[in-house]
Amino acid sequence: MLKVFSEYITYNLLRLVHGSQLANAVEFFIYDTIKIFVLLSVIIFTVSVIRSFFPPEKTKRILSHKKEFIGNILAALLGIVTPFCSCSAVPLFIGFVEAGIPLGVTFSFLISSPMVNEIAVVLLFGLFGWKVTAIYIGTGLLVAILGGLIIGKLKLERWVEEYVYTFHSGQDYEILRQSFRERLLYARENTADILKRVWLYIIIAIGIGGFIHGYVPQDFLVHYAGPRNPFAVPVAVLLGVPLYSNAAGIIPIVYALMEKGLSMGTVLAFMMAVTALSLPEMIILRKVLKIPLLAVFAGIMTVTIIAVGYLFNAIL
Amino acid sequence: MEIKVLGPGCPNCSMMEELVKKAVKELGIEAKIEKLTDLREIMKYTMSTPGLVINGKLKHAGKPLPSLDKVKELIKAAG
Repeated sequence: MLKVFSEYITYNLLRLVHGSQLANAVEFFIYDTIKIFVLLSVIIFTVSVIRSFFPPEKTKRILSHKKEFIGNILAALLGIVTPFCSCSAVPLFIGFVEAGIPLGVTFSFLISSPMVNEIAVVLLFGLFGWKVTAIYIGTGLLVAILGGLIIGKLKLERWVEEYVYTFHSGQDYEILRQSFRERLLYARENTADILKRVWLYIIIAIGIGGFIHGYVPQDFLVHYAGPRNPFAVPVAVLLGVPLYSNAAGIIPIVYALMEKGLSMGTVLAFMMAVTALSLPEMIILRKVLKIPLLAVFAGIMTVTIIAVGYLFNAIL
Repeated sequence: MEIKVLGPGCPNCSMMEELVKKAVKELGIEAKIEKLTDLREIMKYTMSTPGLVINGKLKHAGKPLPSLDKVKELIKAAG
């Protein structure tokens, strides 16, 4: 139905020539824009409702009695559903440490949280289908669990700023109660809020995607970034680390690039590098972590993500 | 009435402060609005910022922000 609608606009209203490159680009643009906005609204709404049940205080309570490994797995999962403002990464970190949550478990949480988020999931689902989405979520979790486990095993507590350990409020924070109606209202507001923030971004990105779709030849990138180039993955990851964008901005472009021959593993690795490793996040975390620990964190993440990229290029 | 806005200083926290000021103004009540930016002070109440404390009690914590109406409601309920 959506396809018929975009065809109708392209050929009947805009009267573009059938099969022309412009028409292709326009049709792709209309179709994807509508599809993605519908998906975004539905999924952000659903995720917001789920999230309202997992405030950071509850997550802290759940994790505080867990050992490593089980703790890492739970932390990575909770990272997906626990909402937090980047401004509260520091109090959150301190709160976790104070509750006796192992450092590695805390990291599993901090890694999965930005990487597996609802916008990334929607865009992946809308553009690549559920298989790729499931793979992305699965590997995102795996990276978070592994990264946290390694950091835990390395015993890096000495590189946490000392003052973090001087917090002993010792209190279990109150979890504010919400009625179901409040949760729904909150979800609606959150959905509107996110859409307001990303809509222009998404339209521009889909526009660029549509343009590339219509004009750039199919195998344009195969030579440079196809599965047979062994440097494609590390280069994509290294490019992705300093880039900071939310998934909304990066996925439609990456989608178009993939159509032109960029391989799946390279795409996933690039996306993970962009979302999981960002300079602003590092600057915030610097308040609680000393530089060596930040460097170890960035290093482990980079290596793990590159490995994931190679793995997918090999099996997909 | 004593209102505290909790936040180490980020766009969301300033938005929260604006919301509270607007709510107080629209309700036409007397209130002392204070912004807590010190982590130790903040963490006496919550670890999810931005936070809202009215008369010493935590009323909101974390993202997303409450709506203007919700803030008014919270203030009225506490007053």
